[in-house]
Amino acid sequence: MTKDEVENGRDDMLIDGPEQANAVPDGFNANYLRIYYGKLFPHADIFKWMSYGNDGKHPACDKSYIGRREFSFTLENDIYIRFQSFNSASELENSIKEKCPFKIDIGPVYSVDPAKRHAYAQSGDNVFTPVERELVFDIDITDYDDVRYCCTGADVCLECWPLMTIAIKVIDTALRDDFGFNHILWVYSGRRGVHCWVCDGKARRLTNEQRAAIADYFRVYQGNENSNKKISLPGHVLHPFLARSYTEVLKGFFEAKLLSNQNLLSSEERYEKILEMIPDGSVAAELRGRWQEKKRSSMLKNDINVVRWEQLKHALQSGKQKAQGLRRCVEEIVFSFTYPRLDMEVSKHMNHLLKAPFCVHPKTGRVCVPIDPNNCDEFDPTKVPTLSQLLEELNRGGLRQDAEDEWDRTSLGESVTFFRSSFLHPLLKSCKEEIESSYNTKLQQAKNTLSW
Amino acid sequence: MQVVRCHRISSSNDVVVSTLPLYRSAPPLEVRLEDFELFAVDRLRVLKGISDGLSRGKKPEEIAKLAMDLWKANMRYPQATEDVNKDNISHFVLRLVYCRTEELRKWFLSMETALFRYRFHSESSEAQRALMSEFNLPYKAVSNAEFESVKDKLVQVARSMGQTLLPADAIFYKVPFEEVSELVAGRRVFIHKGHAYVAMNQVVSIVVTQFRSHLSKALILTNRKWTSTIREQEKDRLTPIVEALCTSYLGPDYSQPKEFAEISIKDIDQIAKTSFPLCMRHLFEKVREDHHLKHGGRMQLGLFLKGVGLKVDDALAFWKAEFAQKVVGAERFDKEYAYNIRHNYGREGKRTDYTPYSCQKVILSTPGVGDHHGCPYRHFSEENLRAALARMGVGSRIVEDVIDKARNRHYQLACTLTFEAVHGSSCDAGINHPNQYFIESQKILQSKNGSMAQ
Ligand SMILES: [Zn+2]
Repeated sequence: MTKDEVENGRDDMLIDGPEQANAVPDGFNANYLRIYYGKLFPHADIFKWMSYGNDGKHPACDKSYIGRREFSFTLENDIYIRFQSFNSASELENSIKEKCPFKIDIGPVYSVDPAKRHAYAQSGDNVFTPVERELVFDIDITDYDDVRYCCTGADVCLECWPLMTIAIKVIDTALRDDFGFNHILWVYSGRRGVHCWVCDGKARRLTNEQRAAIADYFRVYQGNENSNKKISLPGHVLHPFLARSYTEVLKGFFEAKLLSNQNLLSSEERYEKILEMIPDGSVAAELRGRWQEKKRSSMLKNDINVVRWEQLKHALQSGKQKAQGLRRCVEEIVFSFTYPRLDMEVSKHMNHLLKAPFCVHPKTGRVCVPIDPNNCDEFDPTKVPTLSQLLEELNRGGLRQDAEDEWDRTSLGESVTFFRSSFLHPLLKSCKEEIESSYNTKLQQAKNTLSW
Repeated sequence: MQVVRCHRISSSNDVVVSTLPLYRSAPPLEVRLEDFELFAVDRLRVLKGISDGLSRGKKPEEIAKLAMDLWKANMRYPQATEDVNKDNISHFVLRLVYCRTEELRKWFLSMETALFRYRFHSESSEAQRALMSEFNLPYKAVSNAEFESVKDKLVQVARSMGQTLLPADAIFYKVPFEEVSELVAGRRVFIHKGHAYVAMNQVVSIVVTQFRSHLSKALILTNRKWTSTIREQEKDRLTPIVEALCTSYLGPDYSQPKEFAEISIKDIDQIAKTSFPLCMRHLFEKVREDHHLKHGGRMQLGLFLKGVGLKVDDALAFWKAEFAQKVVGAERFDKEYAYNIRHNYGREGKRTDYTPYSCQKVILSTPGVGDHHGCPYRHFSEENLRAALARMGVGSRIVEDVIDKARNRHYQLACTLTFEAVHGSSCDAGINHPNQYFIESQKILQSKNGSMAQ
């Protein structure tokens, strides 16, 4: 029976018979994972990516580059192996297949092979140090618990996922338009959030100080348990980045989705939280009075959250409330409930590890698939393929041997294709150009020195 | 009079727009050897003052004021031209002093950059512009056409910072965002496609970045020159001064025990427990345990004990009693070790070699295999440090604070925290010297004993 065969990790189960017998029980275990790493995980693509063109034949390729990258594995029993390095795609693939890690993390490129760091440590003078690392961001839904009522902790549903969609839109736009980065990969973290990898050469070479500066550029949220207002936006107007984020993303999502999704103004407990953010007590009191009174009246057609929000905006922005602080208050409320909350430490330091794309999350069994920032509205975390689903698809498509890659027979195919066409190929093209142009510059310089 | 000749460029007497030099080349001046050292020490006082301020977590405005006050107090002459000379000379001397290890370079680089920032800030805007042009920055002022196309955004940024309107003659520079990190971090610039639009009044940020990267490269070159030629060429003149300067400590030298003079051997174990800083306590325990200490440890502990007030005869007796128990016989002790101990006592004051080590010197030492000297906050593994602190009776919450300070390389702050935990009283001055630790400790203990006796 197929179930047993899957659990035993046998390969020959794949050519097994009728469709209904192909059901693979949900779950996550080493046997499932072994098949996944054996047939589906895109080892070669990950290796290509991490090589950044240095695995080519061009004389300017840095042959030592990939071998200085740290990979770390978390094994089945929470055994954690850090500072591993691989010199070829097959080395990487064999090691993954052999060790079957529950989680693969990617660290920085160091000055020397991290696996041999001890040998260098003895020669003194701190030669073992990170020299390159993608600029990374980690956004986690658990950091939004005070602004979502549908779930808490690690849970996520379609009602609160828009918070992640907002984060992707805001950060992605700023990374491209403001900072001028082009090679950006967004990945579902497998459970409760998203990761972002900025892979342009100049992003990889940022110093910690410059990384911190970018992270701070994005920082607005100021968590403070002792204040009602979680966000403060000083100044007469918003910085262009915040203004654009507000008009293009935050406002729309807040009014069209979150307000109703999360029932932000439906009950007294919830609207009090928002009224507390209004600095003028009399305005808040007036709204409170109106909302307590009209609890059940009229408005059957309209969503009560939307109606109340319009009332609140009117009260704060109408002619007589010219005071700057009150007008700004509407924006502050929207920011509080929508603006991305980044894990700053992950972005600030080169030597922070981040889970590799296409890993499988042990708790959910879902694959960490890339997310297309241009279509992130459509991304549905509850539809991300799970390990068991993929194995089932493999089984079902077992007779179709014509497919070029195994994943083409599964719903992972789409993700791998997207990873290649939208991220990997354009990235490698520009890496190649960069390698060539730096080589030409060096040649030119060499000529110049000779002619002196 | 000995004269040091720095390489000579024809010096012109052009109108000095700014008194803030960029230190592009060594000063075209003749320097007396005494000045060489004196100027350097004065500048070091300024840099160390800034460093102390930073490590105590002072606010930027406070440090700016502190830096300018220190500068006035230590670097000013009645004559402005002399100021510039001293400024230049002292900077270049300290470059030699601080070029020699990664750690020294890092410290010097941050302190000089901080100093430059505050001094640049206090210049007039014409002087700032002149300095800016001296840097030959590859950035051009934004053209009119481009300015018009982004003007709305620039106004928006200015207003977001509480400024009203752009001045009519506003000049903006277009700079890769990487070079103005602090402006990016504070969202104080408009950024588009990787370029930040930096207003004239924000150029301090660019200039400081330039200053820093220039100095950073220069220090590497200086280090190369130092190791390849200067050290050898100057081995009879500059080299000893340079080497002494980097470990020089600017407070009292504690070579003459004063306040608690005369410690006798029978009290020493007790006193070590109550009043020795961890670095000395550790050495002391090791010599009691192993009956031996390698050279670095003997020097560090021996000179400390001298400062504490152990008489030369007692010192001899102490070391002999320990060493004679093991490998070394009494005879060999007299021959090989006694001489050094007397020597340390015999020579007083003048050279740093025979004065008790300051924290700076202890921290910068490089203990090798079998060595026990150095600063535990720096040289111990976290695990060992934790254990040692626990043995001193430091509570586990404070231990975490101490470890945290040590991790962030604030070794003296870590030691100060330990002091405060052990003595249950604050130490506002901070610990700068093991003998200072000892004296402060004794003061507290004696006042406690005194009040108990009453
Ligand atoms: Zn939810």
